[in-house]
Amino acid sequence: MTLPLIAEHPLRLLLYLITTWLALGLAGLPTPRGGRLVARVLFPLGAMICLAVATIAAIFLLTGHAPQTAILPFGLPDLPFHIRLDALSAFFLLILGLAGAGISIFSAGYFRAGEGTAPGLMGLQYHVFLASMALVLLADDAYLFMVAWETMALSSYFLVTSQHRIPEIRRAGFLYLLMAHVGAICILLSFGVLQGGSWQFTFDAMRHATSTLTPFLATTAFLLALLGFGMKAGLVPLHVWLPEAHPAAPSPVSAMMSGIMLKTAVYGFLRISFDLLHVRFWQWGVLVLAVGLFSAIYGAIFAAVQSDMKRLLAYSSIENIGIIFTGIGLAILFETSNLHLYAALALCAALVHALNHSLFKSLLFLTTGSVLHATGHRNLGKLGGLIRRMPWVATIALVGTLAIAGLPPLNGFVSEWLLLQSFLFTPQIPHAFVNMFVPLGAAVLALTAALAAYVMVKFYGVVFLGQPREASLSEARDPSWLERIGLLWLAIGCIAIGIVPQLAMRPAAGVTGMLLGQTVATSSLWWIAPIAPQQASYSGVILLAGILGTIGITFLLVRLLAHGRLRRVPAWDCGYPHQTARMQDTAEGFGQPIRHMFGAFFRIERDLPTPDDIAPRYRMRLEDRIWRTLYLPIARATQKIADMVSILQSGSLSIYLLCSFLTLIVLLVFVL
Amino acid sequence: MKSITVFRQFGEMLVAIAIAPLFAGWIAQCRAWMQNRSAPPLIQPYRMLRKLFDKDVALAETASPLFRITPYILFGTMVLAAAIIPSLATDLPFARAADAIALIGLFATARVFLSLAAMDIGTAFGTMGARREMMIGFLAEPALLMILFNAFLLFGSTALPSLVDGYRAHPSLMDPSIIFAAVAFVMVLLAENARLPIDNPTTHLELTMIHEAMLLEYSARHLALVEWASNLKLFNYACIGFALFIPWGIATHSADGVVAMLISDAALAIKLIVAGAALALIESLSAKVRIFRAPEYLAMSFLLAVLGLLVHLLLGAKQA
Amino acid sequence: MPYTVPILNLLAACLLLISFAMLSRRRTQRLVNLFAWQGAILFLSTCLVAHSSGLHELYYSAALTLLLKVIALPLILHRLINRLGAQWDSETVVNIPLTMLAGLVLVIFAFGLAQPISMMATTITRNMLGIALAVILLSFLMMITRRKAVTQVIGFLAMENGLFFAATSATYGMPMVVELGIALDVLVGVFILGLFFFQIREQFESLDLRNMENLKED
Repeated sequence: MTLPLIAEHPLRLLLYLITTWLALGLAGLPTPRGGRLVARVLFPLGAMICLAVATIAAIFLLTGHAPQTAILPFGLPDLPFHIRLDALSAFFLLILGLAGAGISIFSAGYFRAGEGTAPGLMGLQYHVFLASMALVLLADDAYLFMVAWETMALSSYFLVTSQHRIPEIRRAGFLYLLMAHVGAICILLSFGVLQGGSWQFTFDAMRHATSTLTPFLATTAFLLALLGFGMKAGLVPLHVWLPEAHPAAPSPVSAMMSGIMLKTAVYGFLRISFDLLHVRFWQWGVLVLAVGLFSAIYGAIFAAVQSDMKRLLAYSSIENIGIIFTGIGLAILFETSNLHLYAALALCAALVHALNHSLFKSLLFLTTGSVLHATGHRNLGKLGGLIRRMPWVATIALVGTLAIAGLPPLNGFVSEWLLLQSFLFTPQIPHAFVNMFVPLGAAVLALTAALAAYVMVKFYGVVFLGQPREASLSEARDPSWLERIGLLWLAIGCIAIGIVPQLAMRPAAGVTGMLLGQTVATSSLWWIAPIAPQQASYSGVILLAGILGTIGITFLLVRLLAHGRLRRVPAWDCGYPHQTARMQDTAEGFGQPIRHMFGAFFRIERDLPTPDDIAPRYRMRLEDRIWRTLYLPIARATQKIADMVSILQSGSLSIYLLCSFLTLIVLLVFVL
Repeated sequence: MKSITVFRQFGEMLVAIAIAPLFAGWIAQCRAWMQNRSAPPLIQPYRMLRKLFDKDVALAETASPLFRITPYILFGTMVLAAAIIPSLATDLPFARAADAIALIGLFATARVFLSLAAMDIGTAFGTMGARREMMIGFLAEPALLMILFNAFLLFGSTALPSLVDGYRAHPSLMDPSIIFAAVAFVMVLLAENARLPIDNPTTHLELTMIHEAMLLEYSARHLALVEWASNLKLFNYACIGFALFIPWGIATHSADGVVAMLISDAALAIKLIVAGAALALIESLSAKVRIFRAPEYLAMSFLLAVLGLLVHLLLGAKQA
Repeated sequence: MPYTVPILNLLAACLLLISFAMLSRRRTQRLVNLFAWQGAILFLSTCLVAHSSGLHELYYSAALTLLLKVIALPLILHRLINRLGAQWDSETVVNIPLTMLAGLVLVIFAFGLAQPISMMATTITRNMLGIALAVILLSFLMMITRRKAVTQVIGFLAMENGLFFAATSATYGMPMVVELGIALDVLVGVFILGLFFFQIREQFESLDLRNMENLKED
C-alpha cells in the first residue's frame, strides 16, 4: 500500500477495512471457546486495522483532502446508503483508530474463556461494535446513520451484558438499552425535522433544507439532537445509564464505550448542530455551555465520592464529556457572535480534548481491567499498595492519572489550556449578562480540573499506593505482554500529544476549517500560540525538557555534594507503633471533604454504629438525587399507564379480537 | 538569542534558589519579633538544610520509588517555576514556554506528587494530609485563575512577562479590580503555602496539620529538598504577586544594561523585605480557622477575584 | 481633575466589597462597624462628586451622611446591642458560601440591569448605578438570610445607603428637602425599631425572629 493510493481512495480503503473487521469477527465464530485463535490472531489483526484506519484518517486530514462521497451498492430498496468522508468524520475516525488499536491489542490478552461470553462470540460482538462505530462516522444519510447507530447500541449492549448471569449486570444492560433507544428516537425525530419538508434524507439535502427552516423548527431539531446525543454522551441529567453500564462491562469494553462510543455522540452532535444546522442562535450556545459545565462539575463531584474504581472512572467520563460540550457551547456562542477565530479555538479545544480523553480514559479503564484480573477486586476498599506488586501497570497508570488530572506536560493539560484560553475572550461576547456570566464558566472549569486532580489522586493513591488492604493482594502480578503493549501504546499517545500538542491540533484544524472556515494559528510544530505569541504561548517539549533538566541536575548535585547513605526502617507515623493497613484513608474517607462540601448534590443514607456495638459496621449509601427526582417519577408514571392499559388484558380471546376489530373499524372510518 | 538573556534566565533561577530560604527565615524572624519572642537568626533555614543534608536517610520499609523521586520532582518544578516568573527581568527566553496557566499547572503537578508520596507509605497521618492538601488545592486553583483572568482583561496576556511589560507601559492605569485581585491573591497565597489562617507552619499537633502531615515520613536529604521546595514555592508566589500587582523595578524588555539590573535587584530586595514583614503581620494577627471553615475562606478569595472581574467589566472597560 | 473617576470607581468598588463583607460576617458588632465604614465611603464619594460637579448642596448631604451614618447610627446601634446582649448572630438561614454565591449572581443581575440605564445617564458617575443597585440587592439578601432582629435593621440601613448612592451617582443627589426627610425617617425608624427590640425580647426572651413564626394563626 503506497501513500498516493491512500491519498487517492481513502474512502474505498476504509470500506475494505470495515469489511475486514466484520470478517475477523465472523472468523472467530466456528471455535467460540478456543481462545487461542481469537487472542493471538484475530484481536491483533483488528488492532492493525485500527492503526490503518487511523493512518488513513490522519493522512486525509493533513493533506487537506476534499470530502469524498460514495453510494453503496446495497441498502434499503430504492434507498441506497450514502457515505462520505470529510474532515469531521476523519478526525473521529482518527480517535477510533488510535484508541481502538490500544484497546484491541489489550483485549487480545484480556478476554479468556470462562468469564461470561465465550471469546469467539465476544470477538464478533467486539468487531461489529467497531465497524458500526466507523459506519456511524461515515454515514451520509439518515438511514445509514440510524442503522449503524442502532447496531452500535445493540452490539455494545451484548458486550456490556457479557456476564449476564449476574442480575445487576442484566439490570444495568437493560437500563443502557432503554436509554439508548429513547436517545435514538430523539435523533430520529431530529432528522425528521431537519429534512424540512423535502423528504430527502441524505445529509447533503438536509444541509440545503435547513436554511429554510423556521427558527422554531431549527431549535426543535437542535434540542432533539442535544437530547438524543446527550443521552448517548452521558450529559447530566441524561447520564444515569453510564455509571451503571461502565462497571458492568468487561474493562476493554468499558474503555471502548467511554473512549470511543461517547465520542460518536459528540460527532453526531457536531454534525447536526454545525454541519447541518449551521449554528444559528447564540442561545443554543448558552444552553450547551450550561449543560456542559454542569455535567463537568457534577461528574467530578460524584467521581470523588465513589468507592468502585470503574464507577469512579465512569463519573469521570461524564466530567470529561461535560468539558467537551463546554468547548462546543463556547464555540457556538463565539460563532453566532461573529467571533470566528475564537470559535475555532474553542472547538479545537473540544476536539483535542475528545482525542485526549479517548486515550487516557481508555488507558485507565484498561488498567482497572489488569487490576481486576490480578486481584479480583473492583472495590477500592480492598486494594492498595499495588505499585510494589504490579510496577508496570502502576507506572503506566501514573501517566494516565497525571494526564486526566490535567497536569503539564501531558495531554490533558493541553486541551484544558486551550479551553481556558478561549474562555479568556468571552467578555467580548456582545450580549449583556452572557458576557458577565460566561467568564465564571472558566472558574467552574478550573474547579472541575482541580477536582479531577483530587479524584485521580484518590484513585491512584488508594489503588496503587499505601499498604495492601487485603492479604490476597500479594499474589497480584503484572499482566501479559499483549496487555502491556496495549497500555504502553495509549500511554505513549498521552505523552506524545502532551509534548507536541500540534499532533492533535493540526488534525483538529482541519475540522474547524471545515465547520467554521477558521483555524487557529499553527505556526510551529513545537509551540502553540493560538491567538498571538505575546498573548499566550505554550511549549510542552520545552517544559518537559525544563522539568527533566532541573530534576536531573538536582539529582546529580545532591548525589555529588551530599552522601547517599540510606537505611530502611519501619514507617515512623509520629511514633505510633501499631500501624495497620486499615488505618489508611479508605476511598470513602478520602472523598469525605467533598461529601461534606457538596452535600446538597447527594442523597446519603448512613448507618452509624452505636458506641457499645461489639461488631460495629459503618455503612453508607450515596445516591444521585436526579435518579429519584427525575427518573423514578417517569418510571412510576409509565408503570401506571401500563397498568391502566392492562385492564384490556382480560384473557378472553374474543375480547382481544373485538379490540382489533374496533381498531380496524375506526381506522376505516378515518380513511374513508 | 542574546547571551545576556540566557545569563539572566539562569541568574534568576539561581537567585531564587539562594534567596528562598532567606525569605522564609526573614518571615520567621519578623513573626518572632511581633510575638515578643527572641528571633532565630536569619540563616537558620540554611543551617537546617545543611543539617538535613548531613543526616542519613531513614526510609520507610514500605516506600516505593515514587516516594523517593518526589522530593526531586518538587524541587525541580519549583525551580522551573522560578524560571518562568519574572522576578528580576521580563526578558526570559524560557517564560515563553509556559504562561501563567501553565504555571498553575506546574504548581498542581507538584501538589499532586507530594500528595501521592504522602499516600505511598500508607500511614494514617500521611493520607489525612494528602486529602486536606488536595482539598485546599482544588478550592484555591479557581481563585488563582480568576485573578489571572483579571490581569488578562487589563493587559491582554496570560504570560507573566507580557503582563509586567503591559503594566509598566501604562503605569497610570489604576483599575479598582486590581485591589480586589490583590486581596484575593494574598488570601490564596496564605492558603497555598500552608500559612496561618489555614495551616500553621510551625505546628507540632498532628491532627491539625496539612502540609507537615505529608512530610512526616521524609528525612534527611529528601526532607531538605522538600523544605527547600516549599521555601521556593513561597518565594515564587511572592514573586507572582510582585509581577501582578507591584511590578515596579523589574527590568523590562526595553531596559538593558547593568543599571536596570541593579535597580531590579534592589527593588526585589525591598519588596521581599516589606512583603515578608507584611506576611508575618497577617499571620500574627490571624488565628487558625477550623479545617471546615477553610472552604469558606477560599470561597471568599474566589468571590473577591470574581468581583474584581465584574467591577472591571462594568467600570473599567469604558474608560480604558 | 484627572483622577476623579478612578477614585470614584475605587470607592464604589469598596462599597460593594463592604456589602459582601457584611454578607459574610457573623458577629453583629462587626456588622455595625462595616456599616459605619460604608457610611464613610459614601461620605467621601459624595464629597468627590460635589467637588467635581460643583454642586455645593451635595456637601450638605455629605455632611449629613457623616453625622448620621458614620457617627450617630453606629453609636446608637452599638449601645443597643450592648443593652440587649445581642453580640452574636451565628445563625444564618443558608450557609455563608452559598449566600455569597447568591450574592454574586445578584451582582451580575444588577450590573446587567444597570448597563442600559447607565448608557442613557450623562453624569460622570453613571457606571456606578450598577454598584448602587447591587448594594441594595445585597442588603436585601442579608435581611433575608439572617435571623436576628438587629441584623435586619442593619440590612435595612445598608439598603438605604445603596439608595443614597444610587441617587448621587445617577442624578447628583435628590433635592435637599427629600434627603432631610429620609434622614429623619431613618433616625426615627431606628429609634422605633430599638423600642421594638425590647418588646420582642420581653415577649420571647430572645431576639431570634424564628419565634415570630409562632404568631401566625393556625
